Amino acid sequence: MKILWITGLACNGNTHSFLNYPYLEQFLDDFEFIYHPIIDSNYSLVDIVSKTISCDILLIEGSISPEITKADKKLVDIITDYSKVVHKIVTVGTCATFGGIFKESEYENISGLHFDEKNLVQSFLNLRYKTISISGCPVHPETLVNTFYAIKNGIELKLDEYLRPKEYFAYTVHNGCTRNEYFEYKIDNHNFGKKEGCMFYNHGCQAPFTHASCNKILWNEVNSKTRVGQPCMGCTEPDFPKANLYETKKNMGIPANLPLGVAKRTYLTLAGVTKAFHINRLEKDMFDD
Amino acid sequence: MEDKKQQRKNAIIECSLELFASKGFYNTTIPDIAKALKMSVGNMYNYFKSKDILAQEVIRFISKYLGNELRKINELEISTEEKTHKIVEIYFKIALARPEMIDYFLRIYLSNREVFRDGCEGMICVNEFVTEIMIYFEEGVKAGDLRDQDFFSAFGLFMGYLGGMVFLKGEDILPKKLDEYVDDITFNIYKALSV
Repeated sequence: MKILWITGLACNGNTHSFLNYPYLEQFLDDFEFIYHPIIDSNYSLVDIVSKTISCDILLIEGSISPEITKADKKLVDIITDYSKVVHKIVTVGTCATFGGIFKESEYENISGLHFDEKNLVQSFLNLRYKTISISGCPVHPETLVNTFYAIKNGIELKLDEYLRPKEYFAYTVHNGCTRNEYFEYKIDNHNFGKKEGCMFYNHGCQAPFTHASCNKILWNEVNSKTRVGQPCMGCTEPDFPKANLYETKKNMGIPANLPLGVAKRTYLTLAGVTKAFHINRLEKDMFDD
Repeated sequence: MEDKKQQRKNAIIECSLELFASKGFYNTTIPDIAKALKMSVGNMYNYFKSKDILAQEVIRFISKYLGNELRKINELEISTEEKTHKIVEIYFKIALARPEMIDYFLRIYLSNREVFRDGCEGMICVNEFVTEIMIYFEEGVKAGDLRDQDFFSAFGLFMGYLGGMVFLKGEDILPKKLDEYVDDITFNIYKALSV
């Protein structure tokens, strides 16, 4: 199966993440990049833009703007041309999906392929039916690779409202977090990098309202942000990046963003109950005697 | 059948509330309550296993009652200042119409902490009431009307003030009727909490 990996306005973070896929050799036996900005390929960027070369998947990394050109051809025209020959289009990363951090740049009309943050972009509406979005900053390599294999094997992936595979994005990052006990009893972690404590209450963790599988499919098969002691920054969501990522935005002590689908009164009632108790085991360092 | 039992339970709670509030927690016995309800003491224990448990049920009952009144205000499409006015108003209104409720809160719940230590930890037994106050604060901050601050510094200012006024009223110290203070107290609270 042949893939064209094209970049818009990007930091190449998704490429770097992809290169960390542990079974890359196997992957490269099963797939071929007709062009990739970093991995050796049979065609140059000039070849890619000067004719339309046969391929199966068009992968877009980075934000899109009508101003951006690749080898003197407008990116949007490259997308239009290749979208006619491929079976699937995959937007990789939050920039290609929602616009991401480059929305802060000076380019005009920066967006993802189909979304400008939460808003639907009108320009490529006709391509929606063949697009799959894998958001993330960067993309999780296994999520990306597994999606490629699903396409190769003709598996019809169920998608959410932002065209993300539900297999990976129906969950929140909170699901599988090793700090859930601390979350339940409202015990925050006051030192980054420590094993103890939940970072939702004071340290900006967005895991309870961020869609991704970071704590179900671990990064490098080892760890995740929240497991290692860093708050989830909500990097798979349309409004990424927000400001003050290490601080929980609160209104008079109540988190401005509550766990997904939990009503305010329900949350406050539960919080009132759990805060009334002191669980000694959870309030001290795990390895203290 | 269950409804009837619940009705009986509610009657016990209402009666205990009045007796506890007027005579004090330790001066009120289960036989006193049973007598007022024309029930046998033995039957009373079918509903509540101890006087402490009954006292905890009473505070839960008050919290639900007050919380429900505050929830109606929180759900109105009005400004934070108007909500503040309505909260002060309803608190004083309840203090006049059901003085035993506020008395119980101030003179039993806050003054006999040992009764509530096991079963009413933290603010569990006043959860409904506190939740609505939290929502009033949170929505006020979100609307840009109230200054963001620690919940308890705002809560203490608001409820301490209202409780203090009702206490003074209970001691017959206030020169004016309680409801005549609503406008001034609303002004003071709103001015103190607003941005």
